[in-house]
Amino acid sequence: MPDLLLELFSEEIPARMQAKAADDLRRMVTDKLVAEGLVYEGAKAFATPRRLALTVHGIPARQPDLKTERRGPKVGAPDAAVQGFLKATGLKSLDEAKIQRDPKGDFYIGLIEKPGRDAIDVLAEILPVIIRIFPWPKSMRWGARSGKPGSLSWVRPLHAITATFGLETEEPDVVKFEVDGIATGQTTYGHRFLAPAAISVRRFEDYEAKLLDAKVVLDPERRKDAILTDAKQLAFAQGFELVEDQNLLDEVSGLVEWPVVLMGSFEEEFLATPGEVIRATIRNNQKCFVVSDPKTGKLASKFILVANIEATDGGKTIIAGNERVIRARLSDAKFFYETDLKAKLEDRLPKFEQIVFHEKLGTQAARIKRIERLAAEIAPLVGADIAKATRAAHLAKADLLTEVVGEFPEVQGLMGKYYALAQGEDASVAAACEEHYKPQGPADRVPTDPVNVAVALADKLDTLVGFWAIDEKPTGSKDPYALRRAALGVIRLIAENGLRLSLMKVSASALAGLSVKPADGQKLPGDLLAFFADRLKVQLREQGARHDLVDAVFALGGQDDLLMIIRRVEALGKFLETDDGKNLLAGIKRASNILGIEEKKDKRSFDGAPDAALYSLDEEKALAKAIGEVTAEASAAVAKEDFAAAMSAMAKLRPPVDAFFEKVRVNDDDAKVRENRLKLLNEIRSATRAVADFSKIQD
Amino acid sequence: MDASLPAHMRPERSFQGFILALQRFWAEQGCVILQPYDMEMGAGTFHPATTLRALGPKPWNAAYVQPSRRPKDGRYGENPNRMQHYYQFQVIMKPSPPNLQELYLKSLAAIGIDSAMHDIRFVEDDWESPTLGAWGLGWECWCDGMEVSQFTYFQQVAGFECAPVAGELTYGLERLAMYVQGVDRVYDLNFNGRDGDQKVTYGDVFLQAEREYSKHNFEVADTAMLFEQFKMAEGACRKYLDAGWKDGKREAHLMALPAYDQCIKASHVFNLLDARGVISVTERQSYILRVRELAKACGEAWIHTEAGGAA
Repeated sequence: MPDLLLELFSEEIPARMQAKAADDLRRMVTDKLVAEGLVYEGAKAFATPRRLALTVHGIPARQPDLKTERRGPKVGAPDAAVQGFLKATGLKSLDEAKIQRDPKGDFYIGLIEKPGRDAIDVLAEILPVIIRIFPWPKSMRWGARSGKPGSLSWVRPLHAITATFGLETEEPDVVKFEVDGIATGQTTYGHRFLAPAAISVRRFEDYEAKLLDAKVVLDPERRKDAILTDAKQLAFAQGFELVEDQNLLDEVSGLVEWPVVLMGSFEEEFLATPGEVIRATIRNNQKCFVVSDPKTGKLASKFILVANIEATDGGKTIIAGNERVIRARLSDAKFFYETDLKAKLEDRLPKFEQIVFHEKLGTQAARIKRIERLAAEIAPLVGADIAKATRAAHLAKADLLTEVVGEFPEVQGLMGKYYALAQGEDASVAAACEEHYKPQGPADRVPTDPVNVAVALADKLDTLVGFWAIDEKPTGSKDPYALRRAALGVIRLIAENGLRLSLMKVSASALAGLSVKPADGQKLPGDLLAFFADRLKVQLREQGARHDLVDAVFALGGQDDLLMIIRRVEALGKFLETDDGKNLLAGIKRASNILGIEEKKDKRSFDGAPDAALYSLDEEKALAKAIGEVTAEASAAVAKEDFAAAMSAMAKLRPPVDAFFEKVRVNDDDAKVRENRLKLLNEIRSATRAVADFSKIQD
Repeated sequence: MDASLPAHMRPERSFQGFILALQRFWAEQGCVILQPYDMEMGAGTFHPATTLRALGPKPWNAAYVQPSRRPKDGRYGENPNRMQHYYQFQVIMKPSPPNLQELYLKSLAAIGIDSAMHDIRFVEDDWESPTLGAWGLGWECWCDGMEVSQFTYFQQVAGFECAPVAGELTYGLERLAMYVQGVDRVYDLNFNGRDGDQKVTYGDVFLQAEREYSKHNFEVADTAMLFEQFKMAEGACRKYLDAGWKDGKREAHLMALPAYDQCIKASHVFNLLDARGVISVTERQSYILRVRELAKACGEAWIHTEAGGAA
């Protein structure tokens, strides 16, 4: 079956957009082919800085013929109906229609045969549409045609479209179409500098090979492999180790069609600047890799650059030019670092009074004061020294105003730690500058040092309570202040450090520190608690754990100790995996269902203790006794926070519950007995509430 | 590069030779070679030959050197490559020709940058000027890891869609010349390409000015006067715009250029005030907005003029 080759040749496509664009192209073309009844065998898309390419192989040469039947009017229907039918089906006369009998009479049936079209014609129709609607994150107009409305928008000017279709054994045909004056053909171009001449291509195989001859490596994965292998070797040959950096590799591979890896050096003296700053400078500004000394693990005074050409002088000029720029950049970075060291962190703080954190939440200075206060309150709860926690919170944000962080935001926190250590702060206090931002996401490390934990919690809780107070909560996909991440951070800090904390109390305390007073401040801690419950559910779901159990625990009310909630959920989850657990759940649900129905019927609830005198059957008595025992035992276990024991106690309910349902008819003819039995059922429900609200558990 | 040039005119030896080589190259591509606009401005883009001429349907190809005044970037002549006054070379071609990238690469060859030996790259960089209400897509052009030019396809200027789109190139002349001459300090650039006692350096021409203007911009510039000047320029711009509508009808405009001069003026005065540190963070935004409103109104007037395509 024939194959399609499509190439969109343009001016330089931003590196960050290439992978998604290749993927979009493959998806859009193949989806459309399938929708047109052209089921293909395989497809692959590629991107370089100057081209998007797609190969789809094994496309049927023609669409299958489509036969559809259309029911027309009744035999003998008025002429207007008949004419309408003929028009709709394309039949010349009723002689061409079949007549079909059904219970309502005889009807005309028109058979419409839509012959399949040649795949190449279908392609000529769908490809220009896809090009027109291609979802670039940002696109532009260009050239003379941009003076007219409706001109093509592309990521950068599009210059040529290659589109061929055909069998391996034959000369392929050009899929003929035109987009905004660009007609398809079989001509593409090689490397911008090394082989700029036009190349005539037939199909994917010779296309890829000819491009390689013309110094273009089409497949980004191959470019990445080549860069990584060469970079490692080059570093190794000189006794160094490449500091690998996947994001940088992805970006750099999108900046070259013909990667040439070269190594340059800078002056040893720059190594006095922290390694992270050197790396950030070289990486962000110059898109170069750094290397380390395998013996010490520290950075070496070398960098690795990826050029796009094989230079006539072997790269000497390119290396010299890059070294020159890197030297200038590093000397800026060094200057920033040394300037920063001259001032104490606390001396920077007054400037925060000029910097607005959020219009409604005041300045950064006010925020830092709040975090200090909250950190001091949390400190004793997490085993941290109050003075250290306060000091840490005082300094934690100061590095935001340093030159280095101004230049390289990604080293915020880390620089604070360096500067704090340099001015002789306590190690925990210094570490907090970096650690209090953590964890930044589900995969990030959670701080364990109590001082750091106190500041990390204070920082996040202040953020959450603050934005709750001004009603800037996340909605749908919008979470501009990363509040979900902050809540998850709180959950992980508490859970992974095994902390006991009343979220209601600390939220109320954070709220008390705010200068804005929300109208429904009373409700805020509770609302926030519900948000934590939601986040906990999401986290458990992502871990593959049961998340519906969170509701079952929260439904008990008064639960705001996350650690206990999590422990309870875990114990409950384990219990529900046992036969006792499953059957007890079934029993409780049955009891609830019966109660639900009867409560509706009688328009009343069946609260209150059952009357022991009305028990007539052994099973009733046994159940009543078991409920009494289990309630006492489970409550005692819960009081001791031994949830596993509480669950074991619950398990003892299962036999009497099962026996009760087997032998006892709840809706006894005697109304009093009935009522008493319903009350007993209600008791089961209340007994189990010692551990969770089982009615909230999904089956 | 032109081998017939005398040594002192060669772009790799002489700053002025470098500029002349670029001018000559772009003249050969059909650009009108303009002289710098006679007002202080932060970037070559502010020149009416770019801002205003980018609007409207009429073809326009021009190239010129524009001194850029960035009061805040002054370093009293002590930084090797930061200055409050430097030169930009600006090319604008409307509509953008299909081979603009090739032309740009040829222009580099004309100033001694051989693409067989240098690694030249087009790296994504979207351009936006909040004060001009303008944006475009393009790249920063790298030569061996150094940003040497800005390449932009204007999509919108003064809040108006560009139709057709103009291509804009901005060369940082000092930086490029430093690379080509192989010097690390801008003041060491050979300005006139001569040797010995005939040699004039960039420092000879501009170092004193850098010191003086840095002092002026950061320490002395009369802020009360500047605040007043901003208001006056803003007021004058509005006044000229209002008075420019022919017969009072918003169909044809007769004074877009003089009005736009006041917008340029306001923008530079704002930059001076900013350098003096007398504009707070929140005020800053509002000043930028005020200049943008002027730019937009000037753009609107321009498209109602003859050169703006109204006639």
